[in-house]
Amino acid sequence: MINLETTQKMKDVKNGVHGMAQSMLRPISRHYDENEHAYPKELDIFRSIKLMSRPKKKKTEDETKTETPDPQKLGTNLSTIISVEEMCWGDVGLLLSIPNAGLGNAAIAAVATDEQMERFGDKWASMAITEPGSGSDSGSITARAVLDGDEWVLNGEKIFVTCAERADVAVIWATVDKSAGKAGIKSFIVEKGRPGFKLEKLEHKLGIRASDTGTYVLDDCRIPKDNLLGSAEVKQSTEGFKGVMKTFDNTRPMVAAMALGVARAALDFTREKMEENGIIPDYEQNPNNLNALEKEFCLMEAQLEAMRLLTWRAAWMMDNKEFNNLEASMAKAKAGRCGTLIVQKCCELLGPLGFSCDHLVEKWMRDIKITDIFEGTGQIQHLIVARNVLGYSSRELK
Amino acid sequence: MMDERAFSFRMSEEQSSMKETLARLMKGRVVGNPAHEMDEQRAIPLELLNQVWELGTVVSSVPEAYGGYGMEYSPILNTIVLEELAAGDMALALAACLPAAFIYTVLEMGTEEQKKKYLPPYCSSAYKACTVAINEPRFRFDATFPETRAVKENGKYILNGRKCFVPMAKDADHLLVAANAEGKTALFIVANDQQGLKIGEREKNLGLYALETYPVILENCEVSVDDRVGGEDGCDYAKFLQKTRIAMSALGTGVSRASFEYARDYAKERVQFGEPIAYRQSIAFMLAEMAYEVDAMRLMTWKAASALEAGRDAKREAYLAKLYTGEMTMKITDYGVQILGGHGYIRENPVERYYRNGRGISILEGMATV
Repeated sequence: MINLETTQKMKDVKNGVHGMAQSMLRPISRHYDENEHAYPKELDIFRSIKLMSRPKKKKTEDETKTETPDPQKLGTNLSTIISVEEMCWGDVGLLLSIPNAGLGNAAIAAVATDEQMERFGDKWASMAITEPGSGSDSGSITARAVLDGDEWVLNGEKIFVTCAERADVAVIWATVDKSAGKAGIKSFIVEKGRPGFKLEKLEHKLGIRASDTGTYVLDDCRIPKDNLLGSAEVKQSTEGFKGVMKTFDNTRPMVAAMALGVARAALDFTREKMEENGIIPDYEQNPNNLNALEKEFCLMEAQLEAMRLLTWRAAWMMDNKEFNNLEASMAKAKAGRCGTLIVQKCCELLGPLGFSCDHLVEKWMRDIKITDIFEGTGQIQHLIVARNVLGYSSRELK
Repeated sequence: MMDERAFSFRMSEEQSSMKETLARLMKGRVVGNPAHEMDEQRAIPLELLNQVWELGTVVSSVPEAYGGYGMEYSPILNTIVLEELAAGDMALALAACLPAAFIYTVLEMGTEEQKKKYLPPYCSSAYKACTVAINEPRFRFDATFPETRAVKENGKYILNGRKCFVPMAKDADHLLVAANAEGKTALFIVANDQQGLKIGEREKNLGLYALETYPVILENCEVSVDDRVGGEDGCDYAKFLQKTRIAMSALGTGVSRASFEYARDYAKERVQFGEPIAYRQSIAFMLAEMAYEVDAMRLMTWKAASALEAGRDAKREAYLAKLYTGEMTMKITDYGVQILGGHGYIRENPVERYYRNGRGISILEGMATV
């Protein structure tokens, strides 16, 4: 039965994480924006918390039966989404810098064998997909892996890698058979310090400066055979690639939640300033009889609510074992774009306060822009939604 | 907190079976030529209203003592009903559910005498119009502060003012009139033949051609103190507004969905430059946006209805839902016309009707409820 009332458990998660974001992230937010690439040592405290963990794979027959989710229980995905929003209300760049919670960790948790989980489960893992010539078109990557005896030999260049410097290991996407196209793409775990594996440089960015984004170069880098995540077999179909892309159904709502957190931070700050000046929306009178600032504000609040509901739905579906590829992209398409617009508008409404580095809103405007770009740009999300609702393949709708 | 309901996006069996029943009825009897004909003829067949009525969409939650079926009252189920009907035709949805605006208000906020007197005649087996007079024909109209006045004199209220967009006022024996009663907004039950109440010529509006609406003029119209909803202390008008705003949001979702679905199917069939226009990102991306905005509107509506269903105040949620769906319905129905291009401008295609009707979501107040 439909019920979108926030439950007590959801409120508890929100309040708990909110306190943490306020007391631990906000005070250091500006510092790490100004000191790009400096490691936020205050975050070491999170090292012991396993955000991207998973129980050991169940082996016995009856245990692998899909459990019917307990409706009263708050699912992991929704709970994570709520936490991510709160943390990013604190600082999105710092959330991305939390040890052992990288995208690589999500990939490992999703596809690693128990043996690999044992070896890499407690390592901080970055995720390296993008290449200079391969952005949204991740199927076109040219980094290659060749099996030589008991080792894979990797060559290529990877850019825009989050946590490039701080991570202990990197999950590298490379092709084992370029002629097989997407089916030939596999992911490999490369430990820091392997000969031939080098951190080439760190980027200077518009926002999320607390996060170290860098370039890896692989030059005849040799790794053990079983550092390959998942199956080595190149199948005729693109099932394997699709499997990797499926990780996005999980992580895209998380990016949407990041946009929620930053946009809400900006809205909260704007409301605070409005209230200091005696402007308090009453949520009753005709919005067209309000002044421009009040109406803009109410519209943004409504937008934020819409973003949040689409995001929560995508996460809730995942918790309930429903296929959410469409809904995950809807959430990110909406939240990435609208979140960006919300913070831009908040800066405008705040005037000089929105342009000055005395306040954090200007930073939030820079930070939130990334949510409409990484994990698939807004345009890619629209493409996925469009293909879904039209029933088109990627050949029909390019 | 023990009986806290689980957070869920899934419809119950009852909810989805009502949705399916209505979808079938709309597909068979409304969508396509019938809706077009209703619009052109500016009339809704009474038979159709009765067909919807017989499903119990309005009276099922009214206690048996007042003529209903005594089923559970569910604002969420009501939003599902409204969306589904509006996906067929918004004028039909408004007409079919109009009695609810009167009945639910009297049921929830009326005195025992009012309930006994006014509910049973309208909870009969056949559709019988009763209506609401909220909107006023003036610049900067705000449903929160009606300019229609009710002044108490010699144990009676004297009403003065002008109302517009009063649906089916000619057929309705009773109207619920919103008026400012000494600083507090009140609702009055007024008989349509009451002295001082004049129903004008049927209106012509931008949209909702099929829905009969009338201006109502109140000139020293005397209303008994017993007919002030809730008695001497009046009623919770803010709550009344909340519920109507959620209803308008549900209607906006329905109209937008209809426009989206029509434009989507059209774009897959319409061939230009040797391929369907939906193969082009410029069109496909509009459709993607339409798809997720329709979902967003529905979720906003459900969220506000969830607050009501939990017995909580829904003021903020209802306000934001109507604000959002009002803006978005206009955008989405505009896209619908645009995707069809010149064909979208021709009345044979329904997207121009959705566009005209869609303008009503943010403007109209109080005409439907959950």
